[in-house]
Amino acid sequence: MSATTPRAPGVPEVSRATGTPRTPHGWPLWEVFVRSRRGLSHQHVGSLHAPDGAMALRNARDVYTRRGEGVSLWVVPSSQVLATTPDEQDPFFDPAMDKAYRHPTFYEVPEGVEHL
Amino acid sequence: MSTPAAAAGPAPGGTSTTEPLVAYLLGLGDDALVLAQRLGEWITRAPQIEEDVALANIALDLLGQARVLLTRAGELEGAGRDEDALAFGRDERDFRNVCLVEIPNGDFAVTTARQLVFSAYQCELWSALRDSADPVLSGLAGKAVKEAAYHRDHATHWVLRLGDGTDEGHRRMQAGLDRVWPYVDELFAADDVAAHLAGVAVDPPSLRAPWSAYVEDVVARATLTVPSPTWHARGGRRGLHTEHLGHLLPEMQHLHRAHPGARW
Repeated sequence: MSATTPRAPGVPEVSRATGTPRTPHGWPLWEVFVRSRRGLSHQHVGSLHAPDGAMALRNARDVYTRRGEGVSLWVVPSSQVLATTPDEQDPFFDPAMDKAYRHPTFYEVPEGVEHL
Repeated sequence: MSTPAAAAGPAPGGTSTTEPLVAYLLGLGDDALVLAQRLGEWITRAPQIEEDVALANIALDLLGQARVLLTRAGELEGAGRDEDALAFGRDERDFRNVCLVEIPNGDFAVTTARQLVFSAYQCELWSALRDSADPVLSGLAGKAVKEAAYHRDHATHWVLRLGDGTDEGHRRMQAGLDRVWPYVDELFAADDVAAHLAGVAVDPPSLRAPWSAYVEDVVARATLTVPSPTWHARGGRRGLHTEHLGHLLPEMQHLHRAHPGARW
C-alpha cells in the first residue's frame, strides 16, 4: 500500500505562494470521528472526500454535525488506517470467544453509573 | 391586523423611523433570500457531494436570516404581509437586494468569489448589528455572525486552494474575482435609509475598511490580484436590478403563486 495519495493532474509540486512542498492533492478519502459531548470518546461516523485535512474538517462539519451532533471532530486519512482483513478473522478474534471470565459480567453495576 | 410586532418590541424611536427600518430590513432580508436561492441552484450540481451539502447548508443559514428579517419587516410595516407574502408576492422592482447576490452562479470559482465578498461583508455587518437598538436585529446578529464566520471560512479556503492550485484553478479563480468585483461597491454605498437609523442600522461605508483588510489578505495569499473594475453596479436598494433577478424570481415564486398558501 502506498502511504501517499496520487497528486491530481496539473497540481504544482510546490505552493506558488510559499514555495513549500504540497501535501498530496486530489480528493482522497477521510475517516470522520465525532465526539458527541464532553467526557465521551470520539466515535467513527463515516467517511468523506476532501482535497486536504483542513477541507476535510469543514466537510465533516457540514456532513456529520449540522444537527448538533458533536462538540469535536477528528479526520484521519483513510489511507493511514490499517485494518484487519476478513481472512484474519479467525486468528484475530476467535480465541476470545470461549473466555467468559474476561467479560465484566460477574460484578454488580452500581446504580446511576453512566457510560458503562 | 393583530400586532405580533408588539411581542418583539416596537420600532425604536417610534413611527418616524418605522419606514426606513422596514426598508433596511427588506434590503438585508432580500440579500439573504436571493443569495439563498442562487446557492440552492448548486444542489446536485456541485463538484463533489460534500460541496453540495456545504453550499446547501450555507443557503439554509441565509434563508433562516431572511425569514427573521422579512417577518420583522412585515410586522413593522403593518400591512398584513408575512414572510411568505414578502418573499413570494413582490415583483422585481420591489426587491431591495444588492445586485451582487442575483448574478448567475457561473462556474464554481465565480460562486466562490461571490461567497468570499458577501460573507466577509456579512461578518462585518452582523458583528456591528449586535449593538443595534432594534431587539430583533441585535438578536439575529448574535446568531448570524457565527454563521457568516463559517461561510467566510469556507469561501476563504476555496479561494486559497483554487488561486494557489493548478494553473486552471488559478485562472478561473482570478476570472471569478474579476466577474464579481464590479458589484462590491454597492455593498458599501452610503444610503439614506441607514442615515435615518442611527443606533439601529449600520452605516455601510463604515464596513469597508475591515472588509478590505480581510479580503485583500486572502486574495494576496491565494497569489491572485484584487481587480480594479471599470464600472460599478448601483441601484439594487432602490429596486433597480440586473436582468438576472427577473429570471430568478419566477422560479423562486412559482409554487407560491400557483398555489397560494400551499403547505408541506
